[in-house]
Amino acid sequence: MNPTIAMITFRAMLGRRRALLLLGLPLLLLALAAGLRMTGTNDLEISTVVLQRFGIATLLPLLALIAGTGVLAPEIDDGQIMYVLTKPIPRQVIVLTKLAVAIVLVTLFAVLPAFLAGLVLTGMTAQVTPAFTVGMLVGGIAYSALFVALAVISRNAVTIGLLYALVWETLLGNFAPGAKSASVQQWALSVADALTDASTVRSTVDLPVALVLLALVTAIGTALAVVRLRSLSVASAE
Amino acid sequence: MSTMQLANVSRWYGNVVAVNGVTMDIGPGVTGLLGPNGAGKSTLIHMMGGFLAPSSGTVTLDGAQVWQNPDVYRTLGLVPERESAYDFLTGRQFILAMAKLHKLPDPGAAAQRAIDRVEMEYAADRTIGNYSKGMKQRIKMASALVHDPAMLLLDEPFNGMDPRQRLQLMDLIRQMAAEGRTILFSSHILEEVERLASHIEVIVAGRHAASGDFREIRRLMTDRPHRFLVRSGDDRALAAAIIADGSARSVNLTPKGVEIEATDFQRFTWLLPQVAKQSGVRLWEVAPSDESLESVFSYLVER
Repeated sequence: MNPTIAMITFRAMLGRRRALLLLGLPLLLLALAAGLRMTGTNDLEISTVVLQRFGIATLLPLLALIAGTGVLAPEIDDGQIMYVLTKPIPRQVIVLTKLAVAIVLVTLFAVLPAFLAGLVLTGMTAQVTPAFTVGMLVGGIAYSALFVALAVISRNAVTIGLLYALVWETLLGNFAPGAKSASVQQWALSVADALTDASTVRSTVDLPVALVLLALVTAIGTALAVVRLRSLSVASAE
Repeated sequence: MSTMQLANVSRWYGNVVAVNGVTMDIGPGVTGLLGPNGAGKSTLIHMMGGFLAPSSGTVTLDGAQVWQNPDVYRTLGLVPERESAYDFLTGRQFILAMAKLHKLPDPGAAAQRAIDRVEMEYAADRTIGNYSKGMKQRIKMASALVHDPAMLLLDEPFNGMDPRQRLQLMDLIRQMAAEGRTILFSSHILEEVERLASHIEVIVAGRHAASGDFREIRRLMTDRPHRFLVRSGDDRALAAAIIADGSARSVNLTPKGVEIEATDFQRFTWLLPQVAKQSGVRLWEVAPSDESLESVFSYLVER
């Protein structure tokens, strides 16, 4: 971990208009939770649907996509990454720092709002709120590693990430059970499922499988990002 | 004192060869990397800076491989051509961050030294996004200097600078070379290179076309056959007079005027008005037809 790289990355992420982008969705989730609570429609069934559909299936992948690609892709595109790469810093330190920043951002703008929304909706009923919080946290870590790697590997990281999150996980997951199992979202849900007694939370992936896959995706994503950053070619002007 | 060695370095993108078998040693002092736009200067500098793997050959700094070896940046400083720095930081924050990334013992003092060196103290607390082109160039220079490197690579450092900023930067580069640093900068402008570099490497179409003292290169460039297009009151009579004089290699009568290839540039420019006067021909226009840098370079390659 390198505090200077972390400082620059935080300032780049939070200083621009992107910060508003980061805030929009979580505020919407909180507003929705408050609205449901006030109208008294916050039963366990509906609360679970909100946390699952809005929290794990939408807020988490989108925020992780913005944070995970945002900590590296713009710097690579604009060439500022040269100022970090021309220092005697091991490349794994750069990647781990960027990943840590992405995870902190996902925690602040996705996991924490989901936790608050859960509290507003159900309080601590059947441990649904802490279960989703933990599920989103581990899912957020895996997503971040995946999208940081994508940002180093491809100049079209955001597009590819969106296609994965929207087309693969959301659309294909509804038709093909196989696709559903190969999805960070389902693994995160599996963790949440294991931590709550509520029968409203159901996952298609067994917990041990989910944990192993989450760890694998995180480790492989991080390693891949390090390897690719080591031989990152800066596009020639010519 | 540092030396960078390129041994038979090539780089290709698919079927396109950007740099072709370049071998050179860059030692202390100022070396100018001269070549027309698109010649492969940036590709070469990117390989020297460790940002691009050579497709074949090796680039080493004091014997250490540059590619995939972040440790070389302890002795290497790099000023990239692209303008973007971290625009949201102030100049001082940026340089301090660079000093910290180098893990210097006293980053604050090192940053201050670098800022003073490029004379940016007056603007150090403004954000880089509000800097002019010349100021950005200088703060980038400070970022490359902050760890006091033995070798500096500058990619087109004078691009977009006004004449005063250009002079300041030239002074700075001269000072640093006088301290024993190895400095390489790229440019497509002969005059810039001539004023600053004691040693010149010429790159044309990816090839190492010439190498040496600037006087030598200058002579190579002026001693080539020069082509002129001359329009006059009586092209036919003028052509006959020039042929009779024998100072031209070839004379060609075209509908646009007389095309003359002179072997000796100096002698020809001195002779032409006299020949015209003696034969009573009025000169309307004398235009060099191949003075573009590209044609000078292509002459060097053909040699």
